Amino acid sequence: MSDLTEKGLPTRSLATPDNPIYRRRVWMNRFNLAMSLATMAFGMFFLLWILWTLASKGLASFGPALFTQMTPPPGSDGGLANAIMGSLMIVSAAIFIATPIGILAGIYLAEVGRESMIAKLTRFVNDILLSAPSIVIGLFVYALIVARVKEYSGWAGAVALAIIAVPVVVRTTETMLLLVPNSMREAAVALGAPQWRVVTMVTLRAVKGGVITGVLLALARVSGETAPLLFTALNNQFWSTDMGGPMANLPVVIFQFAMSPYEEWQRLAWAGALLITLVVLALNILARTVFRQKNN
Amino acid sequence: MSFQVSLGDAAKEAPKTNAVTKIAIKNLNFFYGTFQGLRSISMEIPERQVTAYIGPSGCGKSTLLRTLNRMYSLYPGQRAEGEIIFNGSNVLDPKQDLNALRGQIGMVFQKPTPFPMSIYDNIAFGVKLYEKLSKSDMDDRVEWALKKAALWGEAKDKLSQSGLSLSGGQQQRLCIARGIAVKPEVLLLDEPTSALDPISTARIEELISELRDDYTIVIVTHNMQQAARVSQHTAYMYLGELIEFTPTAEIFVKPKDKRTEDYITGRFG
Repeated sequence: MSDLTEKGLPTRSLATPDNPIYRRRVWMNRFNLAMSLATMAFGMFFLLWILWTLASKGLASFGPALFTQMTPPPGSDGGLANAIMGSLMIVSAAIFIATPIGILAGIYLAEVGRESMIAKLTRFVNDILLSAPSIVIGLFVYALIVARVKEYSGWAGAVALAIIAVPVVVRTTETMLLLVPNSMREAAVALGAPQWRVVTMVTLRAVKGGVITGVLLALARVSGETAPLLFTALNNQFWSTDMGGPMANLPVVIFQFAMSPYEEWQRLAWAGALLITLVVLALNILARTVFRQKNN
Repeated sequence: MSFQVSLGDAAKEAPKTNAVTKIAIKNLNFFYGTFQGLRSISMEIPERQVTAYIGPSGCGKSTLLRTLNRMYSLYPGQRAEGEIIFNGSNVLDPKQDLNALRGQIGMVFQKPTPFPMSIYDNIAFGVKLYEKLSKSDMDDRVEWALKKAALWGEAKDKLSQSGLSLSGGQQQRLCIARGIAVKPEVLLLDEPTSALDPISTARIEELISELRDDYTIVIVTHNMQQAARVSQHTAYMYLGELIEFTPTAEIFVKPKDKRTEDYITGRFG
């Protein structure tokens, strides 16, 4: 070919728009871009559909009464005040139990155990727990607590939710800590700092935003869980802030009301579903914002 | 190709033949798993002087530095054999108190590593490990360290700002300030200027010259001119072995070993 020198090198740059190899890459790029847009649209379509359905059916009962009145007897109007309060208390207790355990275990995996047998085993068990069906965890806590003390309670519900939240916190804490460059750890160790100080003052501090994000995501994850509460916190048609007894909570109330033949209950179930969805959405947005801010 | 190095003040000083040995390395071998990184190194690092390690990448100079404060102990699979005598005891002794050792032998790394906290707290962090100071004493110590590291002028109005807000050269001087604030006896510098621009490099080199009266300094550098400028003694390492260790003025003017000569004249490396 005349365009090549004796040694087979091109005489001029071949990076021109009409180069067939280059054209192929341009088309490949367009094709892949279109495919990813299509998959994104597919996911967004269902998400928006769900939100639209929830909004159109739930907004009807979405008013002040929802937050001030108790769950009604069949056939009359009411609100979800007791269920909202119950959910708030159970979920808060669960996060208070799960956060320290999760963060400590995450620290162990990333900073102490690393590749030891115990760490590998813990990581494996944590992965299993992360994907364990929540109904199994509900039954486990039922057998462990409810069956023994012979009473459904908010605490039992909190324990069940904590078991679901712990692996999420463990995983994010470990992942975040592993992002800390080793040079940062070495610098702290080089000053003669003992390990607990290196972790609390330097590495954990460096990934504070990521760890908080993990806790918020765990919070979002457990606030919609129904199955673990069915056998533990049960339900309560009255206002109760006693964690030692059965407590109303949003997911179980929604489950019960949605399955009922009464129209007022069904409307309340939709409103509750909308409320949970909005809270989870807000938590996710908050988590993303915290993560972005703390990492700047 | 001829290669001219200009010697610094440190090198021009008559080598102190009566210098006290601060760290004595005896027959040191080092292993990364099964790979041997250092081969029977023996040398004596003199007190209150600057000792430089030069050599091509992978020659073991950083590895040697990291044995002196047992930094390698963080990583399972890395081990050292032999003796490193510092203040009368063997650093490599398994019973050695590592935190105390590292308090006496400070280290500054290639990449600046400010902690995610304020400039003030970066320095106070190390001091608090060993001393319980009142607020005003701590203020004085922070000021002293920052002045010593030639950072006070630039940092005095923003002590409460994050250490990460400083430029690369300032961050590295902060790390040096943090290292000297705990008042170590030895300061290990692992290629402290290789990530910095020439002006920051010059400032750090000046700083090393000022610190050598009070501290025993060991510096690893890729840059032979830097070794010539700041050190009184230079060690040339190659493939895990110590080839030559002499006063800096001698090694660059008339190296004894052919391998050293090839390296410093640029025929190799």
